[in-house]
Amino acid sequence: MKDEVTRDERVDNLKGMGCSRKRVEDARFTQGKGNYVDDIKLDGMLFGDFVRSPYAHARIKSIDTAAALEVPGVLAVLTAADLEPLGLHWMPTLAGDKQMVLADGKVLFQGQEVAYVVAEDRYAAADGIEAVEVDYEELPVLVDPFEALKSDVVLREDLVAEDGTLPDGAHGPRKHHNHIFTWEAGDKEPTEQVIANAEVVAEESMYYHRTHPCPLETCGCVASMDKVNGKLTLGGTFQAPHAIRTVVSLISGIEEHNIRVISPDIGGGFGNKVGAYSGYVCSVVASIVTGKPVKWIEDRMDNLMTTAFARDYWMKGKISATPEGKITGLHCHVTADHGGFDACADPTKFPAGFMNICTGSYDIPTAYLEVDGVYTNKAPGGVSYRCSFRVTEAVYFIERMIEVLAIKLDMDAAELRRINFIKKEQFPYTAALGWEYDSGDYHTAWDKALKAVDYDGLRAEQTQRVADFKAGKTRKLMGIGLSFFTEIVGAGPVKNCDILGLGMFDSCEIRIHPTGSAIARLGTISQGQGHATTFAQILASEIGLPADSITIEEGDTDTAPYGLGTYGSRSTPVAGAATAMAGRKIRAKAQMIAAYLLEVHDDDVEFDVDRFAVKGAPEKFKTMKEIAFAAYNQAIPGLEPGLEAVSYYDPPNMTYPFGAYVCVMDIDVDTGVPDIRRFYALDDCGTRINPMIIEGQVHGGLTEALAVALGQEIAYDKMGNCKTGTLMDFFLPTAWEVPNYETDYTVTPSPHHPIGAKGVGESPHVGGVPCFSNAVQDAFRPFGNTHTNMPHDHWRIWKTANDLGLHG
Amino acid sequence: MIPAAFEYYRPKDMAGVLSILEEHGDDARVMAGGHSLIPMMKLRLANVPHLIDLQDVDGMSGIDVSTDSIRVGALVTQADIIDNERLTEAAPILKEAALQIADPQIRYMGTVGGNVANGDPGNDMPGLMQCLDAVFTVVGAGGERNISARDFYEAAYMTAREDEEVLTSVTIPLPKGGYAYEKQKRKIGDYATAAAAVQIIKDDGVCGSASIAMTNLSDTPIFSEAAGAALVGTTVDAAALDAAVTAMLGDIDPTEDNRGPVAFKNHVAGVILRRAVERAWSRA
Repeated sequence: MKDEVTRDERVDNLKGMGCSRKRVEDARFTQGKGNYVDDIKLDGMLFGDFVRSPYAHARIKSIDTAAALEVPGVLAVLTAADLEPLGLHWMPTLAGDKQMVLADGKVLFQGQEVAYVVAEDRYAAADGIEAVEVDYEELPVLVDPFEALKSDVVLREDLVAEDGTLPDGAHGPRKHHNHIFTWEAGDKEPTEQVIANAEVVAEESMYYHRTHPCPLETCGCVASMDKVNGKLTLGGTFQAPHAIRTVVSLISGIEEHNIRVISPDIGGGFGNKVGAYSGYVCSVVASIVTGKPVKWIEDRMDNLMTTAFARDYWMKGKISATPEGKITGLHCHVTADHGGFDACADPTKFPAGFMNICTGSYDIPTAYLEVDGVYTNKAPGGVSYRCSFRVTEAVYFIERMIEVLAIKLDMDAAELRRINFIKKEQFPYTAALGWEYDSGDYHTAWDKALKAVDYDGLRAEQTQRVADFKAGKTRKLMGIGLSFFTEIVGAGPVKNCDILGLGMFDSCEIRIHPTGSAIARLGTISQGQGHATTFAQILASEIGLPADSITIEEGDTDTAPYGLGTYGSRSTPVAGAATAMAGRKIRAKAQMIAAYLLEVHDDDVEFDVDRFAVKGAPEKFKTMKEIAFAAYNQAIPGLEPGLEAVSYYDPPNMTYPFGAYVCVMDIDVDTGVPDIRRFYALDDCGTRINPMIIEGQVHGGLTEALAVALGQEIAYDKMGNCKTGTLMDFFLPTAWEVPNYETDYTVTPSPHHPIGAKGVGESPHVGGVPCFSNAVQDAFRPFGNTHTNMPHDHWRIWKTANDLGLHG
Repeated sequence: MIPAAFEYYRPKDMAGVLSILEEHGDDARVMAGGHSLIPMMKLRLANVPHLIDLQDVDGMSGIDVSTDSIRVGALVTQADIIDNERLTEAAPILKEAALQIADPQIRYMGTVGGNVANGDPGNDMPGLMQCLDAVFTVVGAGGERNISARDFYEAAYMTAREDEEVLTSVTIPLPKGGYAYEKQKRKIGDYATAAAAVQIIKDDGVCGSASIAMTNLSDTPIFSEAAGAALVGTTVDAAALDAAVTAMLGDIDPTEDNRGPVAFKNHVAGVILRRAVERAWSRA
């Protein structure tokens, strides 16, 4: 009877790799049955919240907590003076700097945490906050990094020696008291020479504005110190629960085995939930002091104004080429505004992240990058908002420089890209700034994309539109946005990637149950990516048990193997590889069990979808389900009982997903309103695990790209007041603002990844931002525009038109 | 985003409402849908020790369309406006405007009364009501009185309504002719960068009368009598449109905010008014 099930049906039954398996998470999310941090309710739980600074730069003369302690329900008010004896008034940042947990004598940004009020509920805490009296002395505010580098005003007195000299920072010498680091990649003098001698050079300065990941769920935690057994349980919105456990242990002195960190369901992270925040530290202290669980949950304004921002890069580029358009050199200088503390979330050796991927998808022989980090009176952060470390900045930079060069050369920007792409046969390709690209086939992807949108037809339509505009027949211009991006994800090889000294490997542990189902635990944590769905699919294909019979569990450091968490599209490249490798260990043991059961030599059986069969006699087989049971009930000579495996995977290289995007936009010149007519996205993320989830990721990433390109920003006035602290002014697109997306793909597997997968979560954001921006800029190219800064909101688009004299 | 403590009242009739208002003076505020007041309380920008919810007060949820006027109760929601076919037939501009307010979830809660009474220059209904020459009925201890929408707004959040009065209904003369509510906004849920409400009558191809009001371009809605007058007697040609826009620009006084600087707002106000008039004229 069994033989009536065809091999194809057996493959389908597994719902393994390549299958658009429905997300197993969605049943609980769509029914409101998720378990987020704010859903955690413990007996006697208290609530903590912050008194925050209204000023961007001020000395704190005094803090009077007496009235707050009189407010009914308020139990305690913590200040830096209370944390100092514990050594917890400052904490280390991921970037090698340190950061005030609570204001220690001064504040450096609006919204900075000044005091922590602990109360019986959040209402009493809010009343307590109102009653704390802080006497501030305002200081001169620096919101412009270029001014900060010239100013006599010292933002960080703690980083100036008593004799006035500047000790080295975490990344070497500092040039000025408001300077953090200089970081270089590539060859300075050869690059300058190439550019100086080039026949064609295009230059452009561009500002990649400050924005914010703005996950729907804000940051928060519940700290619970059990004074009887000495164990601290910390539930929170952590993208890297194990790293948080280690950090908490290092700064609190509590032994790591006595700390259990739990990331429950997380409502989006996008980089915002990688770092450590004052709320975590204060909640832990408050729980230790009170002996009760303490919850802290940000509101939306707290989240937007104080937790990690993204971008704020001032980029200056020079690109040289032959008159025919072959690029010969690229020079990039970045002034990076890091805010009051350097709390960027990058691998330790990369203070500007992977900005040195800024040669993009092009065969550029000579390049140089220099990044200067600067302190200002803004919130700290500088995280990778839906991108690998600073890759969005890098791709925006090169994809704008290509457009600027095309204008200089009077060339079609699609053709300029084509003649400079790294060729398929050049992979693995070592770029001028040091990275070794694993695989790619850029020309095929580009040709497919341009054909899909009828690129030549679009250009002809655009030419007609310009003529019509000039003839007064229309007031709408048409922009064709192009981008071809190469991502660098999957951090990363332990030899050069660590965070706070923790190598960026990841892990998977599998237990097969006797009846042929399984649980796998990983060191990553889904924030919406669908790990419970996709990792089970990888395993299904590797071990031959149905994905529906495999539970995926993440986020509890007491049960999951150590890993560095989920950000930078690293889950599939690193933990996905660990999953495949652990699965292969299971399969290797299963092979021995099968051979024993079939009474043949180990080498005489082979794996086939969901079973091991005798070579040449496929009717003689044992299914993985049968093998699982045998692992628990047979005494097999030379084999331990059970069927379990663990793998810690140190990737040999990053992975380099790529893609080709085209956006067609109509722009109302008179109002500045853009209308996205078409968006085509071709992604190559290597082997595709779940096409439906990939499509969902692409839609989400593109939508966040649209947001950033067309309006989403964190803006400050000259006094350092944040002007965009609510969702009225901070642009979060809804279904109404989002166009229809057309998705497409090519498949170029990663040669070094066990299943050839590269990661996709962040590609659409990285490629999408320059694509939307290029569409706006392209619409005005026929009228002399070379570059305008994002975000392209209505008034800035209107201003571009106005500056070009298009309003008559 | 946690309000200070407040007392919550839900009286069953207007007498109950008025007695609480009389007792607590400006420490008390009435609330209809709550979509303006509650966020202000949560931001602690509004301190309301005594909050009076009007939801249980009868007689303020009706829409009555008669031969010469429309009466809309203060508790009528934007969703009610959109769904009422009779109303849409009588005054289609109301639905056109309501569909441009916030999003469906908010429109189920947000009310006409709250929108016009709050005095927020960002709200759409005040300018619309000025365009339609509506009359607001308020009731206080001394009884009812009527205030023209065109006289109601004094400054941002400052209106002709006294603290102890409650706005109970809006009465609109049955509008005639072509209409348009044109609004530019950054996204769903946003206040207008600029919005224009236009009602226009065409007699034998010539503009017989025109009523124009602008939203979020001053600290109050702006009824621009001069802009309307510039169209009367014309065929609403390019010169007339230019004259109307010039007149309107003389009446508004926008300020810079995250939507953009003054020059941009003035320009967009002109474009939006032009489009509103053209659309209204095409329907007249």
